[in-house]
Amino acid sequence: MTAREDILSRIRTALQDSPEAPQIPREYRSESGMETEKLIELLVDRLVDYKAQVAVVAEAEVPATVASLLEGARSYVVPEGLDGGWLAGMDDAGTGGARRRVDSPAEPLSVTDLDGTDAVVTGSAVAVAETGTIILDGSASQGRRAISLVPDHHICVVKAADIAGILPEALRRIDGTRPITMISGPSATSDIELERVEGVHGPRRLDVIIAR
Amino acid sequence: MTTFLGMPALPAFGSGNLFAGESFPKAAHRELGNAQLRANLGHATHTIRDKRQAVVSELPDWEQLRDAGSAIKESVMARLPDLLEEFEKNFTARGGVIHWARDAREANEIVAGLVRETGETEVVKVKSMATQEIGLNEYLEEQGIEAFETDLAELIVQLDHDKPSHILVPAIHKNRTEIRDIFLREMPGADPALTNEPPVLAMAAREHLRRKFLTAKVAVSGANFALADSGTLAVVESEGNGRMCLTLPETLITVMGIEKLLPTWQDLEVFMQLLPRSSTGERMNPYTSLWTGVTEGDGPQNVHLVLLDNGRSAALADEMGRSALHCIRCSACMNVCPVYERTGGHAYGSTYPGPIGAILSPLLTGIEAEENSSLPYASSLCGACYDACPVKINIPDILVHLRSVDVDSKRGTRKVPSQMDVGMKAASWALSSGKHLGLVEKGLPLGRLAAGRDKKIKKLPGIAGGWTQSRDIPAPPTQSFRDWWAKEHKSAAPSQAAPSRDDKETQQ
Repeated sequence: MTAREDILSRIRTALQDSPEAPQIPREYRSESGMETEKLIELLVDRLVDYKAQVAVVAEAEVPATVASLLEGARSYVVPEGLDGGWLAGMDDAGTGGARRRVDSPAEPLSVTDLDGTDAVVTGSAVAVAETGTIILDGSASQGRRAISLVPDHHICVVKAADIAGILPEALRRIDGTRPITMISGPSATSDIELERVEGVHGPRRLDVIIAR
Repeated sequence: MTTFLGMPALPAFGSGNLFAGESFPKAAHRELGNAQLRANLGHATHTIRDKRQAVVSELPDWEQLRDAGSAIKESVMARLPDLLEEFEKNFTARGGVIHWARDAREANEIVAGLVRETGETEVVKVKSMATQEIGLNEYLEEQGIEAFETDLAELIVQLDHDKPSHILVPAIHKNRTEIRDIFLREMPGADPALTNEPPVLAMAAREHLRRKFLTAKVAVSGANFALADSGTLAVVESEGNGRMCLTLPETLITVMGIEKLLPTWQDLEVFMQLLPRSSTGERMNPYTSLWTGVTEGDGPQNVHLVLLDNGRSAALADEMGRSALHCIRCSACMNVCPVYERTGGHAYGSTYPGPIGAILSPLLTGIEAEENSSLPYASSLCGACYDACPVKINIPDILVHLRSVDVDSKRGTRKVPSQMDVGMKAASWALSSGKHLGLVEKGLPLGRLAAGRDKKIKKLPGIAGGWTQSRDIPAPPTQSFRDWWAKEHKSAAPSQAAPSRDDKETQQ
C-alpha cells in the first residue's frame, strides 16, 4: 500500500463514527460600510501604528511624492507594468540621478541586482483599513514577489478606491491562486524579550502613498 | 460522503519529538528551580496576554469569528479524506508535487531525498512546528545536509544547541544578555563589540543570514493553512525571512500536517482574523505569503508539499480528543496557563508545550508512550486556555478525558491495590453518608498534631506527599464545620430559629 492510500484509509477508519460536518455560522462582519474618508483615516492610523510612513495626496501629487521619497536613493526598481506617470517626478524634480531598473518577466533582475538596489516602487491590489494591511497579488503594477522584498525601502502606492474596510471585503476582491503577499508595516521581530524591532530581513522602511 | 469499507486497524501513532522523556512533575520540579526562566516567562506571557486582550476587544464580532473558526475546523475533520483529495488535485494541477508521509521517519526521508536530487547540501528553513516535530534538522545533518533556521528566535535556539520552549517565541526563555553571549560564542564573524540591545542583535542576525538567503537554492517551510478549493498554501510571519525562503530559492519543500486544511478561500477570512490577534496580539502580522503550486516567473519553480500523518489519524480516532487537531498553533493557551508560566515549555518534553501540548502529544503518540501519560495532569483545569482558544478547543474537558484514558489503561495491571485505590475506596465510604463523614471529621483535629508551631503541615506520607512536595497544608481547625453547626443550632426551633451570634453582629 502506498503511503497515500494508507493514510487515507487510516483517516477513514478514524472517522467510522461518521461525524457530521456542521453548518458554518457566518454571523461575523462581512461588510464595514465605511465611507472613503473614514477608510483612509483608519488605514493611516493603522499604518502609522506599525511604524510605516504614510502620505495622503491627490492623484496628481503622486509623482512629486514618489520623487521626494526617493531622494538620496542611488537606484530603484519598478515592475514593468507600473503606472509610468507616477515616476514623472523623477526627472522633473531633478532626482533623476537615481538609476531606474525595470523588472519584467522577459528580463528579470538577478537577486544580486536587487540586493544592490536601494528602493522599490510598486502599486497594490487592495488594502484593508482595519488591519493596516496592503495586499500585493503579482499583477502588472506590483511585479513578482522578490522585487518588493529584497530592496531595503518599499514605496507602495494605494489608490483610495482599492481600500476595503475589513479583511473579508478585501479577500473577495482578489484571486487566491495568484502569488500573494500581505504586508502590514515594515519587517519586524519581537523575538528578544518581546521588544519590537522594525526591520529584519524584509524592507526596513515602508512608505505608503494613498492617492485620492 | 465516503463509506468506510476497509478493515479496522490499530491506530498508527506518531514518532519524532513528541515524547516527554521524564514525567511532567519531575521535569517541572527541576524547571521551577530556575528563577531566571520564571522571570523571563512571566514577563513574556503577561505582555502577550495583555496585547492579545487589547486587540481582541477591538473586534465587535470576535465570538462570532470563534464560532465560525470552530465550526470550519469541525467540518474539516469530518470531511478530511475528501478535502485532502480535493487539495491534492488543485495543488497538483498548478504544478506542485504532493508527497505523503505516514510518520516522522518517512517525512524526513522524503525531504532529504528531494534535497539530494537538487545536488545541494544546504537548505534555508522557515520556522515550522511540523519540521520540529519530526526532527528534520537533526536527520538532515546525519545525511550531510545543513539546515539553517532563519527565524530570529529559531536561530538563537539553533546556535545555542538548545530546544524551543514556546510555539510562537521559541527563545522566550532567554534574555537579551544570554542572546548576545550566544551570538558572540556561536555566530561566525560576530562583532566582538556587540551590545545586548534588541535592534543591534536583530541586525547581527540580518547580516549573518543575508548571504544565505541570496544564494540558497533550496528552502524548507511549514504551512499555516492549505485551502482545498484552490490548492493554495499560506505562511504567516513577521520578519520577512519567510518571504525570503518562499520566493528566492529554486526549490521549495513544505511539510504540513494533514489537519491544516481549510475547505475554501473564503475560510481564510476567518483564520487570518483569528490567528494574528491570538498569537502575537497584533491586528495583523507583518507578512503573509500565499502560493498555489508554481507561478511561472515568480518564486520557486520546483514546489513540493509533504503531507504528514504522524499520529494525526490516531488522534482523529479519539472522538472526544479529535478537536485537539483544530489547533492553529497560535499559542494563546500557553500564554494564559498558570502551569506553563511557571514551568516553561521544556518541562512538557514534546515539541508542543503548554495546555495544547498536554492533550496533543498524548493523542498523537498514544497515552502509554514513554512519559506522556503524565501530561494530561499538567494542569489546574482552571479553563483559561479554553477561553483564550480562538477555535474553542475545550482543552479542560479533553484533559479530564485523557486522565480517564490513562487510568483505564493502567487498570488491572497491578496485583496489589495502590495507595490511590485505597484512598479512593476510603473516600467513597466516607462520602457515601453523613454519618460516615461525621465519623471521619472527628479525627480531623488530630491533624493539628502533624502541624508544627506555625500551624502548617509540611510533609504528608505516601501518595499525599506529592501534594506537600511543593506546598504546605494549613493545619485543620479544632472543630469541623458540621460540629460547629450542630452546636450553634442545637437549641433553635426549625421554623423560628433564634438569630445566631453572627446575625446579631451584622445587625449591630
